[in-house]
Amino acid sequence: MGTEKKGFFSKLKEGLSKTKKNLTEQIENIIYSHRKIDDEFLEELEEILITSDMGVETTLDIIEYIKEQVKKNKIEDTGEIKNLIKTYLANMLEEHEVNEEESNAQKVILVVGVNGVGKTTSIGKMAYRLKSSGKSVIVAAADTFRAAAVEQLKEWCTRADVEIISSENGSDPASVIYDAIQSAKARKSDILICDTAGRLHNKVNLMNELSKMFKILDREYSQATIDVYLVIDATTGQNGIIQAKLFGEACKINGLILTKLDGTAKGGIAFPIVKELNIPIKYIGVGEQIDDLQTFDAKEFVNAIFE
Amino acid sequence: MFENLSDKLQNTLKKLRGKGKLTEKDIDVAMKEVKMSLLEADVNYKVVKTFINNVKERSLGHEVMESLTPGQQVVKIVHDELMKIMGEAESKLKFNPNDITYFMMCGLQGAGKTTATGKLAKKLKKDGKRPLLVACDIYRPAAIKQLEVVGASVDVPVFAMGDKVSPVTIAKEAMKHALKHGNDVVIIDTAGRLHIDDDLMNELVQIKEEVKPDEILLLLDAMTGQDAVKVAETFNKYLEITGVILTKIDGDARGGAALSIRNVVDKPIKFVSVGEKMDQIEPFYPDRMASRILGMGDVLSIIEKAQGAFDEKQALELQKKLKTQEFNLEDFLSQLQQMKNMGPLDDILEMIPGLGGNKKLKGLKVDENEMKRTEAIIQSMTKRERLNPTIINGSRRKRIAAGSGTSVQKVNQLLKQYDEMKKMMKKFSSMEKMGKKKGGMGGLGKLGLPF
Repeated sequence: MGTEKKGFFSKLKEGLSKTKKNLTEQIENIIYSHRKIDDEFLEELEEILITSDMGVETTLDIIEYIKEQVKKNKIEDTGEIKNLIKTYLANMLEEHEVNEEESNAQKVILVVGVNGVGKTTSIGKMAYRLKSSGKSVIVAAADTFRAAAVEQLKEWCTRADVEIISSENGSDPASVIYDAIQSAKARKSDILICDTAGRLHNKVNLMNELSKMFKILDREYSQATIDVYLVIDATTGQNGIIQAKLFGEACKINGLILTKLDGTAKGGIAFPIVKELNIPIKYIGVGEQIDDLQTFDAKEFVNAIFE
Repeated sequence: MFENLSDKLQNTLKKLRGKGKLTEKDIDVAMKEVKMSLLEADVNYKVVKTFINNVKERSLGHEVMESLTPGQQVVKIVHDELMKIMGEAESKLKFNPNDITYFMMCGLQGAGKTTATGKLAKKLKKDGKRPLLVACDIYRPAAIKQLEVVGASVDVPVFAMGDKVSPVTIAKEAMKHALKHGNDVVIIDTAGRLHIDDDLMNELVQIKEEVKPDEILLLLDAMTGQDAVKVAETFNKYLEITGVILTKIDGDARGGAALSIRNVVDKPIKFVSVGEKMDQIEPFYPDRMASRILGMGDVLSIIEKAQGAFDEKQALELQKKLKTQEFNLEDFLSQLQQMKNMGPLDDILEMIPGLGGNKKLKGLKVDENEMKRTEAIIQSMTKRERLNPTIINGSRRKRIAAGSGTSVQKVNQLLKQYDEMKKMMKKFSSMEKMGKKKGGMGGLGKLGLPF
């Protein structure tokens, strides 16, 4: 655990350094230029927070919290502000965390999301992670739509050294899932990870296809626990909330994978998703290498942003 | 909170519209709401700030205060300023008149470069060009294969050298290949990369120097948040991009990124990519987009779509029939078939003025199966029945239902619908007559145009 922790923190910090630079630098700038916490200061803070894609509502909540704390604890120094924001965000993320119990039960992870967020890449990394921790993993290539998606996943599975169940392009994704369930049962695999085609959440037919896949997992593999992870690209704006909401209607989502945090995007959209839809963040993607997927830790995440 | 941008703006502006007199406070309140809706729509906050200041300044000026309908004046100003932000004229692709034209596609991972490359190739091919696609993404597993599949599906050749050769070399070799094989447009698909990855950005610069592309197009996901502007700025800094293709706008993102880019990097949006089918790429018209955002409908795009899909002679004939009310089921059928040519009905509905923001229609999904059923029913009728539906009696109805695999109720429903339509046409033609008396514009208001 010790080495993992260090690895996590440094990787995360490295990945988030740009995020951090932008956000903290801006906040520090206004802290230096304002002695007192007044309306003007708060308005500038509001703007900075909005540029992190947190959304107007979360931003106003933070501002409200700051106002409350300032009044209650008679805070005058603008230097305290960073800590207040950190506390607020970390508390909020922790409130929604779900502690997973280690169990020996078989498990399915269904990975969903809009086009181009990094589902296949995240699955490759996740398969590698789980395999390295000693689990037996099978991957189902149920993205039968996008050109060369299966080939892409196959390459990742070779790198991660796990088995892949696939069918030809254009076949019914639900049948791939069905086949994969049979293999997972026969081989008594610990974990079955299912890739799905990227789909926009407002396409009703495609969302129906997704709930069909979920139903098949639920019905045919009842001994396994099913986790549905929604992949969100850190560059996503306010549309992320409605993505999470509509994907959640198609199949019950119980975790987020936040990808591409190694860019300048701050992934702020994760905060309102966690808060409003009560979905915890499970993993974050901070690079293109196979070991660049990390388990999520609220305090460290917020610290890495603001330290 | 999930209302779209145009709903929000319309609600805010509606409040202003009704007022006979506007105070500075009215405008302040409205502008605060407009500001929030723009931010919720991912419009860059700097752009929002300038926008609000401009609108405010103009709203407090003479043109509004002295107007009899100040609220409407403000709406007009908002529309003008939105258009200013997006750039006013349509921006076309630049071709090299004397030599092979080169386009270079670039962007972040997952923006939709490869798909858009395929769509662009199909469009160029349709315009009579001989495009060649070049696979320069040697990093992502199976990216080359993806381009090859896409290329094959639009019947355009793909030049690839595997993933062991540097993209710069591939681009260089592709130029020779194009010359030898008589291609007149070359589209270079590059790997997705983060704008802060210096090595990979420099690789693009090298390709640029080698190829000297006529267009360097940045692909940008319409769902991107505040970071969109930074991405565009950085790509522009390295490459001096010539335009932007906005992808995935068939999602329900509010398109704030589109509003911001032109304003911040001063580069036009040239195309929008609207679906997973290879022909779903369209030119970007800023003025139409501004109208769409304000809920004024995108009438021009509907007309163009209709022009593309409808046979003009048939349309004229239909018009004549409508006027004389000789409209029969045969016409109904041909109309249905032409409607299908216009593309998914949901998209069309969105563009109709007044309907885009209509709450009741929001949840309405046009059932394309229902259309197929209707077609089947009409096709199960005899020619005589179609031309003269009144002869369809009970036993005929039974036969038609059996023939089309539906039920008598469905057949009844269709006949009733047809009757209703005929009635409506009667109304339309009398409305048209009235409209003419009033000077022609009378009918427009009934169509729900906001001003």
